[in-house]
Amino acid sequence: METSSHDILLVGGGGAALRAAIAVSEINPKLSVAVVSKVYPMRSHTVSAEGGAAGVIGEDDTLDEHAYDTISGGDWLSDQDCVEIFVNEIPKELLRLENWGCPWSRRDDGKVAVRPFGGMKKMRTWFAADKTGFHMLHTLFQTSLRYPLTRYDETFVTKLMVEGDRVCGVVAIELKTGKVRVITAKAVIICTGGCGRVFPYTTNANICTGDGMALAYRASAPLKDMEMVQYHPTGLPFTGILITEASRAEGGLLVNKDGYRYLQDYDLGKPQKEPVFRSMELGPRDRLSQAFVKEMEKGRTIKGPYGDVVHLDLRHLGEEKINAKLPMVRELCVKYENIDPVHQMIPVRPVQHYMMGGVHTDTSGATPLKGLYAAGEAACVSLNGANRLGSNSLSEILVFGARAGRAAAEYASQVAMPSANPVLALGSDEERRIETEYLRKTGGSEKISTLREAMQHTMEAGAGIYRTRASLAEAAGKIAEMQERYKAISMEDHSLAFNTQLVAALELGFLLDVAETILQCALQREESRGAHQRTDFPDRDDKKFLAHSLVSRSTDGRPVVSYLPVTITRWPPGKRVYGEQSTDGGHDSH
Amino acid sequence: MADTIVIEVARYSPESDARPHFQKYEVPLRGDWMVLDALNYIKDKLDGSLTYRWSCRMGICGSCGMVVNGYERLTCETLLAQFAPGPVRVEPLRHFPIARDLVIDMTDFLEKLTRVKPWIVRKDKTPPPREYLQTPEQLATFKQYSNCINCMLCYSACPVYGIDPHFVGPAALALAERYNLDSRDQGLGDRLDVLSQHDGIWDCTVIGECSEVCPKEVDPSLAIQEFKLTATKEWYKSFLMPWGGK
Repeated sequence: METSSHDILLVGGGGAALRAAIAVSEINPKLSVAVVSKVYPMRSHTVSAEGGAAGVIGEDDTLDEHAYDTISGGDWLSDQDCVEIFVNEIPKELLRLENWGCPWSRRDDGKVAVRPFGGMKKMRTWFAADKTGFHMLHTLFQTSLRYPLTRYDETFVTKLMVEGDRVCGVVAIELKTGKVRVITAKAVIICTGGCGRVFPYTTNANICTGDGMALAYRASAPLKDMEMVQYHPTGLPFTGILITEASRAEGGLLVNKDGYRYLQDYDLGKPQKEPVFRSMELGPRDRLSQAFVKEMEKGRTIKGPYGDVVHLDLRHLGEEKINAKLPMVRELCVKYENIDPVHQMIPVRPVQHYMMGGVHTDTSGATPLKGLYAAGEAACVSLNGANRLGSNSLSEILVFGARAGRAAAEYASQVAMPSANPVLALGSDEERRIETEYLRKTGGSEKISTLREAMQHTMEAGAGIYRTRASLAEAAGKIAEMQERYKAISMEDHSLAFNTQLVAALELGFLLDVAETILQCALQREESRGAHQRTDFPDRDDKKFLAHSLVSRSTDGRPVVSYLPVTITRWPPGKRVYGEQSTDGGHDSH
Repeated sequence: MADTIVIEVARYSPESDARPHFQKYEVPLRGDWMVLDALNYIKDKLDGSLTYRWSCRMGICGSCGMVVNGYERLTCETLLAQFAPGPVRVEPLRHFPIARDLVIDMTDFLEKLTRVKPWIVRKDKTPPPREYLQTPEQLATFKQYSNCINCMLCYSACPVYGIDPHFVGPAALALAERYNLDSRDQGLGDRLDVLSQHDGIWDCTVIGECSEVCPKEVDPSLAIQEFKLTATKEWYKSFLMPWGGK
């Protein structure tokens, strides 16, 4: 067991973590900051984000319009104080990224270019071709190399240590050697991203296993709005690889098996030749994914080897525009589907993409557990409500990564380092658990991959785009069984060096806990709002559910759900209107 | 087409092996599978101890670089069926210490990356409250270098790095040049100090393997030649204008 200590520890190394780490160093360079991540930071899933990052920059745009789009997009489950902070701070954050060298796409006059995006009424999405997340992550990572950060690369956190009422660090496994590290910290910031691997078809990378959500939940910090799972309407069928919404913002069309732009049948406006803001293909993701299911039920989708698909048609954009604005889309289609979008239509289907829910935090990233902070997709600061708008999440990691970093820095400057003895005791307990339950374990009967696949298909069937009490209850029963079966997993790999089977086993444990919280929150929210659609409760119910689900682990290990009112400042709940009518959408808000 | 294919995977455990050896697995040969899908099949169904890195499976995170049938590739974007009837040989990237099986230790690269200062260097301490203007043409001068995903294929393919591990190497040099060419950057002088040393750029013998294997069409070889030219010019300038040509 190796020990070390830092003032502030980031768990995760993606965009939110790196932005937070830099923020800490800037506000108080004397603080010792460390980043512990199970992959090298530039491998983090921020790298896969394609379309862009939203922030008001145009002369004809206003902060209020960005706020209104976000709030109506989230079906009024966003906390409006949080949204106001966000729209206000993001332009400055995006400019900082520019100053740090992010290769934003430009207009001819040298200013940063913006593009339209789904659910947004104005052009405000900054982009770096269609590799925005990649460029943001590498800019942040390369910039972070100037700062005196300690990095624990490829180090997997297994436990959040809590002593008394405060967080005091983490226990982690250094993958290369298998060594257990006990890292003491005054404050821990969870930036571990999403949990898409709970589902079988997801745009998420293999590493998106809800680690931070489960770590916080096990340490008694509540999770929030876990039923709010976003499906992206355009993923590739076998791999789940994301075809960015920017492809529709640039003019791509969604058509059914008859070549018909079916979105016009689902209250999303009338088809026009050019893209129209908040209309048709530029509607919000929840509505587009739901329209796909309805279209499939009508028998108007296309049968493919991996289930039903519709077509995304980019051919009319021409080779030049596709190469300039959507080079990665073309590259992905050629490599993974053997299709050239310049000449052929792309088969797409909705796939799990993003978690609106996560570790419950306030607007400075603080959780109710002292010393614990969270930011990015792992967190739920209540920006995205019941449905996130495309290009708000790359922005979210900057604003709330920085805020969490600053808040943690302030806290860490005021408190003493946790005392060593209880930390060491917690560390050796965890080391023993890893050894007995995993590393030295013999004779299990359950294969990790079998159990993982069973969980994923259970979640898709029970808690997919449309849900019912029956589907959710059945899934919850199965997941509870799987929690039992998990105790009997078989471990073939007993070595210390780079034990990826150990990692997979621990990740599966995290995933099962997260799956349980998703199902419980979804079961108890008896209404339909945004991405949470209950066919047995098809309407939004503001009387009962203008509230966040908070799920905590009870002493017997079961999830318990309670509610927290949504913060409304200036935009009382209204009807979500998309299509032509929505061109004056902002006005009903004042 | 046969319905299975044999994969020969290099195995090595620092705890029990003196040197790597090959192990054979038979996997389904499916038309839409990448080599990575075959490795995942082995890991999930046949042998849970097989060790390799992967994450995004869409060619952007840079984790899954390996040597497949003698050639450096990202396994997540390398079709399996092209190697039919097989066997397919999968090995770790060359020139790096092996941590286990297909996982290499790339600590050396991270140290070198930091050394070339891959960030915007400015003389003005406080940045302006707005963006630095940059035309699409200015962006185009460095854009290709910014597409480096740090996958390490170029280090594996570079014969110079194989002989002299002190050589800074293709990816780090391409990223240095990415910042040198960025109209917002003023750090050329700082980077020249580091890279004009003998194990900086001068080791490169312009073999061009790095650019050949790059999966993202970055051209590190060109970056290094551009940099050599700049360094030479700056060196002459320092004679002509000893008070500060940089």
